[in-house]
Amino acid sequence: MVKASQQELEKYKKLQKKYTPPRPWFRNAIQAFLIGGAISMAGEAVRQFFIFGMGMSPKTAGPPTSSVMIFLGALLTGIGIYDQIGRVGGMGAALPITGFSNSIVSPAMEFKREGWVMGVGARMFTVAGPVIVYGLLTAFAVGFVQFALTGGKG
Amino acid sequence: MGVAVKDAAQEQVKPGAKHLGKQTLVFTTRPGVAATGAIAGPMEGKGPLGSLYDEVTADTILGQKTWEQAEVKMLEKAVSLAVQKAGFQPGEIDFVVCGDLLNQLGASSFAARTLDRPHLGIYGACSCWTEAMIVGSVMVDGGYATRVAIGASSHHDTAERQFRYPTEFGGQRPPTATWTTTGAGGACIVDQSDPGIAGYPRITHGTVGRVVDIGVKDPYDMGSAMAPAAADTIVTHLRDTGRLPTDYDLIITGDLGRVGKALTMDLAAESGFNLEPVLDDCGLHIYYDHQDVHCGASGCASSALVYSSNLHRKLISGEIRRLLLVATGALFSPTSYQQGESIPGIAYAVAIERAEQPQKGASANA
Repeated sequence: MVKASQQELEKYKKLQKKYTPPRPWFRNAIQAFLIGGAISMAGEAVRQFFIFGMGMSPKTAGPPTSSVMIFLGALLTGIGIYDQIGRVGGMGAALPITGFSNSIVSPAMEFKREGWVMGVGARMFTVAGPVIVYGLLTAFAVGFVQFALTGGKG
Repeated sequence: MGVAVKDAAQEQVKPGAKHLGKQTLVFTTRPGVAATGAIAGPMEGKGPLGSLYDEVTADTILGQKTWEQAEVKMLEKAVSLAVQKAGFQPGEIDFVVCGDLLNQLGASSFAARTLDRPHLGIYGACSCWTEAMIVGSVMVDGGYATRVAIGASSHHDTAERQFRYPTEFGGQRPPTATWTTTGAGGACIVDQSDPGIAGYPRITHGTVGRVVDIGVKDPYDMGSAMAPAAADTIVTHLRDTGRLPTDYDLIITGDLGRVGKALTMDLAAESGFNLEPVLDDCGLHIYYDHQDVHCGASGCASSALVYSSNLHRKLISGEIRRLLLVATGALFSPTSYQQGESIPGIAYAVAIERAEQPQKGASANA
């Protein structure tokens, strides 16, 4: 056989479909909504604290809120809880800034054993790296378009 | 001249007396499995076979600095224990044959460094256990060794960090995913001159699998990737030996999981063999459903632990008279997967018969 033909693969896929448990889309969506919502609620609570507790304006309360949420994500990763949250919450746990924090802290922890340079330093962004690279690329592209349209006055 | 050379070559590759059919080796002296060692991680210890393992570790790091070192420790322990239970000093072992999942056989090589015996490192992904059994049996049956120790290990965290994501990364696993078993199994294969041979299960056949690639690419569905290889090896074994599935009390695959097992059964049926009455999968015996591992267990330790803890015991007591153990491996690497290659599978089958003098109530810890 060595390698199956496309035809054989198609036939096999039909068989595979028969036995593969369906992905629980609906349950996953509900869980993502609840977990993602809970994280956002927590973020909002922190922001309100900065506005009403510390007397900041809604605009200036943003960055410290992000910092606190990043810290919380890192903390929960460090004590081994965030992977459990991610397991249940899926995208609801990955999308908020706490998930971004988890994606950087978890490889940093994992590869600490390979040393500070080749381990933590080199591998910290293995998961988040693509997001940063393409996020920046998109930002550049959008910025360029904006510049082209408004001549830099926008 | 050219013709004469070709003829000579053909003479040499002609199947020997111990080569049966296409891919099966017959071990005419029937090497015995003298003893086994089973070291399991804490999560495995809470599974259905928990009480049958020789040791359940308190955590997955075993007082070491890294997960890799912990896996090495487990493999060392499992092999040493098998040797010790068989009543040998480490120095009395002729060769050690080990396999694991790590890059460059990280666990096996470092365990062999401590075991300090001549070592053959083998790689067949999760099929290492039966691959090692075949290599060990060939050495013993061929008269090259009187005692060979074999071992295979896997560790959830070393496998995750090598093949997938960092262990603390919060990702979701699809329902077809399997859980890499943390643990190691060891066994001591001896020749017929061993004084205890009458009480040992005997290895009679080994079927060396072909690499079969159906084209599946999802590393979270390894059961589907390996099922065609499992079915191919089982069907070939049965054809080579002229046996029927029911000539075995149990045909048990290594780590196909629920989906892979069902697929194997269908594929074998297409070839005219009904495996339903006898087919099982080691991966379904490591964890309980409520342990939330989705499709079952995977890893070298899946078949190694199930054999070392439970199947070996049943072969000694006579509860299983004839067993076909078919460990299965998914032969992919992070590199091959990222470069868009499909996942080839392989399976090695070993036929093991019960001891000549079965001992009732034999226990794995005896």
